[in-house]
Amino acid sequence: MEEIQSRGDDAPLSTAKHGDTAGRASETLAEAKGDSLVGKTVTIDRPREELYSFWRDVGNLPHFMENVVAVEPLDDRRSRWEVKAPGGTTVGWISVITEDKPGELIAWASEEGADVPNSGRVEFRDAPDGRGTWVTATILYDPPAGIVGKVIAKIFQREPAIQARRDLRRFKQLMETGEVATAARNRREYEEEQQ
Amino acid sequence: MRALTWHGKHDVRVETVDDPEIVNPRDAIIRITSTAICGSDLHLYDGYIPTMQKGDILGHEFMGEVIEVGSGSTLKKGQRVVVPFTISCGNCFHCGKHQYSACDNGLPADNQDIAQSIYGHPMAGLFGYSHMTGGYAGGQAEYVRVPFSDVGPIVIPDGVDDDKVLFLSDILPTGWMAAENAEIEPGDTVAVWGCGPVGLFAVQSAFLMGAERVIAIDHFPRRLELARQFGAETINYEESKTYDALMEMTGGIGPDACIDSVGLEAHGAFADNIWDQIKVSTFMGTDRAHSIRQAILACRKGGRVSMPAVYGGFVDKFPLGAFMQKGLTLKTGQTHVQHYMPALLNAIMEDKIDTTFLISHRMPLEDAAEGYRMFHDKQNEVTKIVLKPGMQPAAA
Repeated sequence: MEEIQSRGDDAPLSTAKHGDTAGRASETLAEAKGDSLVGKTVTIDRPREELYSFWRDVGNLPHFMENVVAVEPLDDRRSRWEVKAPGGTTVGWISVITEDKPGELIAWASEEGADVPNSGRVEFRDAPDGRGTWVTATILYDPPAGIVGKVIAKIFQREPAIQARRDLRRFKQLMETGEVATAARNRREYEEEQQ
Repeated sequence: MRALTWHGKHDVRVETVDDPEIVNPRDAIIRITSTAICGSDLHLYDGYIPTMQKGDILGHEFMGEVIEVGSGSTLKKGQRVVVPFTISCGNCFHCGKHQYSACDNGLPADNQDIAQSIYGHPMAGLFGYSHMTGGYAGGQAEYVRVPFSDVGPIVIPDGVDDDKVLFLSDILPTGWMAAENAEIEPGDTVAVWGCGPVGLFAVQSAFLMGAERVIAIDHFPRRLELARQFGAETINYEESKTYDALMEMTGGIGPDACIDSVGLEAHGAFADNIWDQIKVSTFMGTDRAHSIRQAILACRKGGRVSMPAVYGGFVDKFPLGAFMQKGLTLKTGQTHVQHYMPALLNAIMEDKIDTTFLISHRMPLEDAAEGYRMFHDKQNEVTKIVLKPGMQPAAA
């Protein structure tokens, strides 16, 4: 599978120090929406077919994507997303799967009229030495209200880079252990955490 | 329920808080019957550990009775269990290698950021030990929620007293792993810095692993006497020069293996310690590291250094040159408790290891704040305090 890489070395584009990473990343997406890039890889000790299938069933995504309130499948490729935003509000969009290779890759892009235009892909590759699967999420997005919105989002920890990192950890926990780790002492604390 | 909660430096209180409940499928709820105050709890008490929050319940050495289980737990109501201080999932790559304290999944996702930025990677969760290690409520309480209860807790046979097995939760496996990390060979001379519980268990373990001599170093006479009872020779660093004594006691060779079980709150008026303390108090550094520096200097050429002692941040003046030039090996880490529990329970059942000698005080949970003060102020007399939630306070 084609990997997103910078030119001078073998390190992924998302780790580049300089340059228009979002622009170069967008060249690898069938339909690119957004100008900020997030890229993150996690190793999950499960077969890639299993991880792909869980992710492809988009109704599962709110189980580990903390900011996602609901994903409602509209048809085989389209789904309606409702996502938490700073200040107790939500934002929404309709997402379309633009590329789908079972066991390997899912790419998506938001339709016109999205509150936060975004696109991206998640890749599933065999990890070396039988250690399971490398799951790489690459997300391009337009931060709400540009750079100011990005700063506000970061303060409220809803910044996509932070969120993607934590969501992938939760995905790993759920797939490896069957549950998402929480320090909540009881169900009331647990529900407060979900707010 | 009643629980010991942290409110700031030298301020812990027994308060009434909400009871724990099953939250995740693999959880169990334990009614605590015995819970100890650990030397590392004093790091919290002294305010050395960041990311504590007011109201946090402390305690990571505990055992009790299973009173409720989730659908994914393998425990049964009524079983008595000792719970490891590390919260590990049992499923990830590291748990598969029995490196339980390096578990990928024990920490809630949001709590992993701090360790990731300080240490490069998040580690396992710990009970009652700040939010950097998960923010999990600890076991100095009447009840506790135990995540991944199918992996951690070990079931204790009926008829075995709490006091005999409680220390499987942390300090006995920690002392054992310290000796294992020292890669002791028959005939070795092993030096142990610090005769707290971990050091004393490391002394016992080193002999069981074939050490010919163990030299224990401390300044509390009571603790040195305990080490002597296990057959160790002793150095009181307030009466003798440790490096010189170690050289003379080994014919100039130095100990084959050195174990630092002191860590970030080293006592003693040594120049480097005072410098470290100034840096700690001015936030220029975090750890006092006199004992590990001395261990590296004293260790024989090509020898092994084992470091069970807890360090949290950065140290200055680390003798990297001595370490390199002498070709030493250093092994360390938070204890992989789950890995050691079964064999050590057997050793206790077969009377090969007795840990009850360590307990100097037993008191009701209600008196826990006084227990912290005593443990902090009187380290000669107080070797270990065990809190018993069911115990009636002594009549005044």
